[in-house]
Amino acid sequence: MAPPPDHRRPIKRAAISDQQRRREVALRLQADRRSDAQNRARQLASSVLSLGPEPATEPEVEPEQEMSEASGQLAGRSDLDPVRAARLRGPEVRKWFARQLLLPEWMVDVPPSLDRDWYVFPRPSGKRCFVVSSNGTTISRLRNGSILHRFPSNLPNGARTKDVSGPASSYSILDCIFHEPDETYYVIDMVCWRGYSLYDCTAEFRFFWLNSKLSETGASDPPSQYHRYRFNVVQIYECNLAGLQASYSGQVPYVKDGLLFFNKHAHYQAGNTPLALVWKDNVCSQYVLDTDSKGQIPSQQQVVLELQNDGNLTTSDDPPVALGSLSRDLIAQSGLRVGNLVRVAIKDERMRLVDGKLDLGELQLVGKTNHSRAFADTYSKVLFQHAARHAPLRIEDLVASIQSNSSMDNSQALDVEMEG
Amino acid sequence: MAMEITQVLLAAQSPDGQVRTAAESNLKQFQEQNLPHFLLSLSAELVNEQKPPESRRLAGILLKNSLDAKDSFRKEQLTKQWVTVDPAIKSQIKEALLTTLASQVSDARSTASQVIAKVASIEIPRKEWQDLIGKLLANMTTKETPASLKQATLQSLGYVCEEVSPSDLEQDQVNAILTAVVQGMNQAEHGFEVRLAAIRALYNALDFAQTNFENEMERNYIMKVVCETAVSKEPEIRQAAFECLVSVASIYYGVLEPYMQTLFNLTANSIRGDEEQVALQAIEFWSTVCDEEIAIQEECAGADEGNSVLHFRFVEKALHVLVPVLLETLLKQEEDQDQDDGMWNLSMAGGTCLGLVARTVGDAVVPLVMPFVQANITKSDWRSHEAATFAFGSILEGPSVEKLAPMVHNGLDFLLSAMKDPSSHVRDTTAWTLSRIFEILHSPSGTIIDQSNLPKIMTVLLESIRDVPNVAEKVCGAIYFLAQGYEDAGSASSVLTPYLGNIITALLSTADRADASSNRLWSSAYETLNEVVRCSNIPENANMIGQLLHEILKRLGQTMELEIVSTDDKERQSNLQALLCGVIQVIIQTLNGSEESLPVILQSADQMMVMFLRVFACHSSTVHEEAMLAIGALAYTTGQEFAKYMPEFYKYLERGLQNFEEYQVCSISVGVVGDICRAMDDKVLPYCDGIMSVLLKDLSNALLHRSVKPPIFSCFGDIALAIGEQFEKYLPFVIPMLQGAAELSTQIECTDEDTEEYVNQLRRGIFEAYSGILQGFKNAKADLMLPHAGHLLQFTEAVFKDKNRDEGVTKAAVAMLGDLADALGPNLKLLFKDCTFHAEFLGECFQSDDDQLRETATWTQGMIRRVLVS
Repeated sequence: MAPPPDHRRPIKRAAISDQQRRREVALRLQADRRSDAQNRARQLASSVLSLGPEPATEPEVEPEQEMSEASGQLAGRSDLDPVRAARLRGPEVRKWFARQLLLPEWMVDVPPSLDRDWYVFPRPSGKRCFVVSSNGTTISRLRNGSILHRFPSNLPNGARTKDVSGPASSYSILDCIFHEPDETYYVIDMVCWRGYSLYDCTAEFRFFWLNSKLSETGASDPPSQYHRYRFNVVQIYECNLAGLQASYSGQVPYVKDGLLFFNKHAHYQAGNTPLALVWKDNVCSQYVLDTDSKGQIPSQQQVVLELQNDGNLTTSDDPPVALGSLSRDLIAQSGLRVGNLVRVAIKDERMRLVDGKLDLGELQLVGKTNHSRAFADTYSKVLFQHAARHAPLRIEDLVASIQSNSSMDNSQALDVEMEG
Repeated sequence: MAMEITQVLLAAQSPDGQVRTAAESNLKQFQEQNLPHFLLSLSAELVNEQKPPESRRLAGILLKNSLDAKDSFRKEQLTKQWVTVDPAIKSQIKEALLTTLASQVSDARSTASQVIAKVASIEIPRKEWQDLIGKLLANMTTKETPASLKQATLQSLGYVCEEVSPSDLEQDQVNAILTAVVQGMNQAEHGFEVRLAAIRALYNALDFAQTNFENEMERNYIMKVVCETAVSKEPEIRQAAFECLVSVASIYYGVLEPYMQTLFNLTANSIRGDEEQVALQAIEFWSTVCDEEIAIQEECAGADEGNSVLHFRFVEKALHVLVPVLLETLLKQEEDQDQDDGMWNLSMAGGTCLGLVARTVGDAVVPLVMPFVQANITKSDWRSHEAATFAFGSILEGPSVEKLAPMVHNGLDFLLSAMKDPSSHVRDTTAWTLSRIFEILHSPSGTIIDQSNLPKIMTVLLESIRDVPNVAEKVCGAIYFLAQGYEDAGSASSVLTPYLGNIITALLSTADRADASSNRLWSSAYETLNEVVRCSNIPENANMIGQLLHEILKRLGQTMELEIVSTDDKERQSNLQALLCGVIQVIIQTLNGSEESLPVILQSADQMMVMFLRVFACHSSTVHEEAMLAIGALAYTTGQEFAKYMPEFYKYLERGLQNFEEYQVCSISVGVVGDICRAMDDKVLPYCDGIMSVLLKDLSNALLHRSVKPPIFSCFGDIALAIGEQFEKYLPFVIPMLQGAAELSTQIECTDEDTEEYVNQLRRGIFEAYSGILQGFKNAKADLMLPHAGHLLQFTEAVFKDKNRDEGVTKAAVAMLGDLADALGPNLKLLFKDCTFHAEFLGECFQSDDDQLRETATWTQGMIRRVLVS
């Protein structure tokens, strides 16, 4: 009997041909894994690059202990190979993430062109954290790198559900504040989305992307079995008078803790940056003045600083700023070691600005801080706290700054018109 | 001058091996020393009526083999050789060939007509031998031409049409050919041989008749002649005429309408009463009409209403009369038809056509078929029972689930009980029908299988898998698709867990059966096992799959003990190893998906690797494709640990990479290099010199199958990403290769889809290579790529402007642009400012429906912006 015509497949011929399928599956997996590997290199490379130039003066060999305890200081990142960073496990992950958050400086002066170049929004009160969704799970990490929650969510690849697009290993990173009273993550920035880094994008673009992408995922839906916590965006305003007013005194569904200002053109920069600023007063925050370890506002301003091996006490700025020192005897006596964070009190009347630099005068050791604390205070925080006790930057000052900007703008515009 | 070679040609066919070998080497020597004279001598032998038919026949074959070969590279060489032969000699050869068409010896005539077509296939596209068609046609128009010459001439015309492309002939030549051919079909004037040659020549000439088919008068005339020929008295001629009608249906569907009533009557009569060979072609006509209408419907599905594609719904219109005709054929089974998988007879062709009809018209077929099913399925004679089951199984694809589900639900019990029917034909078709039901209608959310009938289904399947081999094979298919219904079903696949042990045991013992006439049953059993593993719920069943892994490894070990005497034994061993390595590969891929089950593989990694190496060791010449694939999966799973296997494995990897003859082995080995790079990272460095040199040699090898080249380029990217700046030393070799390939890809003429796809794959490979290199160099050696940035942007722009660009290339190109901007940064500011296509390119990507592409484009845009503002 003749065989069927060339292109005619007999209907009853056994349909299973697994070998070709195995070959195809293998090829598909290889292609997926290649694109995963390349994407990983892309996203991490761009994030590591964005951490700024490597400290050039850093000695080649540093004591191991200093490296690991390098709390707050952003050195040591040069050892992070971009491809390797994707494979970090356990404590290394914690260390890595601890260095990734953008940390706003405290507003001690009003920046120029506030109304043109800045956004403002009321900061939700709560725990600042990074939320990472990848491989079917979502993990939030506090500023010190430790895990806050591990849970399923509607973020991309945030739960083990079937309907994901793209490789399961591609991840998304959000900068959030976890607000306890309504158990909601308020998203204040977007760092990576579905494997693509937004580090190098302007705040303007990041906020746009955040607002358009988050809503696509159902992450703002009420909690359900596969979506443990709700993610909400906060309303972000242009920093003109109306925006500032709305942020300062408008109703929000969360407890306010000050105002956050973001420069529109700034990239997401890990570590302290003057291109994002925090400002508070008693109207928009319950916590203007720092409390001590017992939760009380001490009569004298207290500061947390890091002990260096020369006995100096420094801030967590990059480079660190020395604000005073402890004597060797005192160090030995109190059992302090290099890298420890110590709480010191300032005798108010002795603190002054000399040639634009802060002089804390005599410091009084209060004690070591508890272990969960990862960073010393920043220079701007010390200044802000000092100002808050003596000559605070008031909301009226902010308003005045915006008003003077706009009148200046007007006069400039007028000039141009007249010339024409 | 032609040389006398009769004796050598005869000696080359001698039964005495020594004589034969000596003669063959003489011929070979002659061919190598003086090809033009060798060819001339062969043609002189072929044309000479005094010479014995045997030597003339071989002369003709050798001539043909000097002009054409299956292998495309060899064919190209032969073409070049012929083109360079002295025109005077070529013209003597061609004259001899044309003269041979008038030979008294039919073998010589027929060989000559084939050789003529081969010469034509080289010369006509080059606008040479332009008088060939004229000379052939002259044979037809001369009154006193003997029938034998006319027959050989028509044959030549047919072969020429088969060999050359329609664009190479002038319309007046086509017209003349068609006229000659149609006249040759005239029953009053010509005898059987001429008419058969004419209708067969028409079959090959149909492709050329585009213009003629557009002209109503010419078309009417051609169709009239073909339809008349379809009722000739000789069955061979009727068969050839129906073959023409099949071809017309496929090429000229759009103009069929006026002829359909006639064609329906012709085909229906033939299917009902003609000889089988003719009736099969008549069924094929309808299968082809279905193919066309299915394709039209698929095309329309994505398009707007009222598009220009003509859809006449011939099948729908003929349905009420066509379906009964097809159902009748189902009752014309043959006794032994289940033994051979490729069996083709009236019943098979009828069922196949019915299946296509169902896919074409959907629900409308059901009420026409179900009465036949109901009337026959309970009859006691096996033919009625089998035909009814076959009819039901054939129409499961096409109609809606809503339409079919109730009938399947009602019929399932009956089908399950028919698995105990005394007739193995009935059991075979019933098992096949069950597998179709599971394949097409069963899903975790569907209602076909639920907790109430699953136990019974499993009992029947596990019992029937012990039936005769052909039935057992169909049962494997049923289990395969039953399992597949739970693929990616998450927790729903737990439904199978209670049966998993028994299914695995049954499949393993089926794979052991000694009563199978071929190894098809074993392979069905193991391949079904693969699907069962893929669809099993992990980690719930991780331990059981782990035990299966041990059993499979044990069996793989036993294949090394098999006694190997003949090449058949060797092939059997190799096939068995392929199946077992396949199962291991699937197990690895399934278990490495979850952290809980991962240790099961890692514990056995050493043992698996030892086995794979032993499999390689027992094949001296080549490496085993399936073992290679399994190793790729293992490397991915073990990660850096894989380094310990490399010293032993490397030589086999190298052997696989060098195996350009078996290009699939080569291609898979290249893929495994990628797996290993991702697993080992820079630990792969010590092996890179060796790997790179083999890969570079492969690329320079003209015999390497072209499909391997794109993966080799991608693999360069994998290596570069793994070893970073250490890739620098390969750059002087790799960059010229990439640039050469990039250039080639812009020069290849895309005449067909395959070439189009190849160009896309090649470009994708090139972009992936550059991405890997740029990323690998980024931190330390990015400047090395600076001199190439201009070329890369130009190439990307050329690719951007290519209208055949597919999405895979687009993604790779956009990602590479981002990598380029990322790695070279401000250095590229001027280049990016000068070439503005990237904005347009990214703009296009933002319009895409593909999330990944849009996000890649966003990233790339960010990278380029960073460069532009720097």
